[in-house]
Amino acid sequence: MTAVTAGTAGTTGASGASDTAAAAEQAAYEAVFDAAVAADERIEPRDWMPEAYRASLVRQIAQHAHSEIIGMQPEANWITRAPSLRRKAILMAKVQDEAGHGLYLYSAAETLGTSRDELLDKLHSGRQKYSSIFNYPTLTWADVGAIGWLVDGAAITNQVPLCRCSYGPYARAMVRVCKEESFHQRQGYEALLALSRGTEAQHAMAQDAVNRWWWPSLMMFGPPDDESTHTAQAMAWKIKRHSNDELRQRFVDIAVPQAEALGLTLPDPDLRWNEERGHYDFGPIDWTEFWDVLKGNGPCNDQRLSRRRQAHEDGAWVREAAAAYADKHTGKHGEAQA
Amino acid sequence: MTTDGWPLWEVFVRSRRGLSHTHAGSLHAPDAEMALRNARDLYTRRSEGVSIWVVPSTAITASSPDEKDPFFEPAADKPYRHPTFYEIPEGVKHL
Amino acid sequence: MTGTTDTLTAAAALALGDDALVLSHRLGEWAGSAPVLEEEVALANIALDLLGQARVLLSLVGDEDELAYLREERSFRNSQLVEQPNGDFAHTIARQLYFSTYQHLLYGRLATGDGPFAGLAAKAVKEVAYHQDHAEHWTLRLGDGTTESHQRMQRACDALWRYTGELFQPVEGLDLDLPALETAWLDSVTDVLGRATLTVPSGPRTGAWSAGAGRQGLHTESFGRMLAEMQHLHRSHPGATW
Repeated sequence: MTAVTAGTAGTTGASGASDTAAAAEQAAYEAVFDAAVAADERIEPRDWMPEAYRASLVRQIAQHAHSEIIGMQPEANWITRAPSLRRKAILMAKVQDEAGHGLYLYSAAETLGTSRDELLDKLHSGRQKYSSIFNYPTLTWADVGAIGWLVDGAAITNQVPLCRCSYGPYARAMVRVCKEESFHQRQGYEALLALSRGTEAQHAMAQDAVNRWWWPSLMMFGPPDDESTHTAQAMAWKIKRHSNDELRQRFVDIAVPQAEALGLTLPDPDLRWNEERGHYDFGPIDWTEFWDVLKGNGPCNDQRLSRRRQAHEDGAWVREAAAAYADKHTGKHGEAQA
Repeated sequence: MTTDGWPLWEVFVRSRRGLSHTHAGSLHAPDAEMALRNARDLYTRRSEGVSIWVVPSTAITASSPDEKDPFFEPAADKPYRHPTFYEIPEGVKHL
Repeated sequence: MTGTTDTLTAAAALALGDDALVLSHRLGEWAGSAPVLEEEVALANIALDLLGQARVLLSLVGDEDELAYLREERSFRNSQLVEQPNGDFAHTIARQLYFSTYQHLLYGRLATGDGPFAGLAAKAVKEVAYHQDHAEHWTLRLGDGTTESHQRMQRACDALWRYTGELFQPVEGLDLDLPALETAWLDSVTDVLGRATLTVPSGPRTGAWSAGAGRQGLHTESFGRMLAEMQHLHRSHPGATW
């Protein structure tokens, strides 16, 4: 990892005394940074950090934040049709939490010197991604349950290790997110259980949803380790603690007995316990679909992004109004004038 | 620093009486009044707090103004500031 | 008015509960489309408070889900104000201002009495105080913000004005000094609109239809479509539990 800042240090080979001094200073900073990461200390916003570390964090935190706010859409799709008032309250609270998680994460990204406006702009123009899972549609009420159980379950498996991520603000945001997220998975599981144990039609609805969400959930962990471009560096920096395949296996091992308890099957004929490995074996993932959806050919890519852009554009006059009001009525630091 | 002209605010929450306000995170708001309300919604919606402060991020002066300080060195050379520095005979209580 | 205490209480609970249920539903329609992320959280908070109130109130009458999902449009007793479509953010805020000012005064009165709603009102009045505060702050910012926001907010206040008179018509089972409530409401709304540089609308505050309005089960056309969406899943699986 010592090589990561080569090229950003400004030492272009001209051997002036000041260049040498700058290079020495740079090396000193880098040594302190490396030592802190090695000692499992947290890097904080005003600490010196390699530019590539900063860029990698911005990319990851932004993608995470975008996923939270785009992820509101498939579930909000069912708020107005929730079949009981109890379920409706739960779903509204959950979608609200996702907005909140987006806010925690944007605020973590902003500590790295990138504004939320910039990040939203990149989302709206397609230059930054969000999790591909949200490009699948929620076709029935059972999809809300399947998202809670499988999609949030996969997200939690990914996110719990991030609570120990080397970047302090991201780690702290994730502690908050994970604390709130635990209710999300449980409500989904409970909703599916009610369907599975309900009428024949309800049971079929639950099974259909699980059939559609299982494989995309496994894809949420990202490409296999040998094809993942960011994993090695992210693990060296302790931004990431476990590889994609490791987390995917962990998720499968947890999900299989949960599916049995639900009385639902998982759509994989190759799924079986492997005594020797101490893990469940599972069938091959259709990575063609994964890359295709990622490139924009998923069932909802256009819909999700245009809805997001629309909300942002429709809200412009409101944001401008509040800013104009603040200009008229407050001092330059925003405190109310007497 | 802005969301269409909305500045960034740092939020501090007192989680219960007897504790000091702790930094909870940040948010965007057009002015202090709205910042307080947004903070209440965002950072205390599970009753995590009894009091909130909001401060414009630009009003904070940090100890490493050039953002290039390596790491803040704790005052490790003054161990006598810490109670564990002192040896107390076994059995002596309430110290 | 005739009827036992219980049926009178039920009639009042239905009117107040339907107000909260329907407004909560409308606010829930904003999820994912709010003008700024912070406002997603705020609108959902208000919607959740209202849904909580609705569930307590409807449970005084019967099974909350049967009442919400299996009644026909003509049996809903909510005021027409709360069922009005969200429109732009200005319409939503004007609706919030008118309704939360009313609800805050109403629950304030109910909380001080010893009637069947005192307990509920004591808790709800704190929630509603926040709703009113939220609506006021946005009314000021939209009214006294930009030229565009001022125009939008004035249009919204004008458009919803005709639904505000109904809030002060007698509700079976609610023993309140409604004229006093109405005076206080007008004073409060006039004050906020004035500070927001908006003009207090001059049109009538009730519709011309002598048959009545929401409290009599007569609603506006968009309400039927809202109920169709809200009820269809529940009704498609008779007797199912969720």
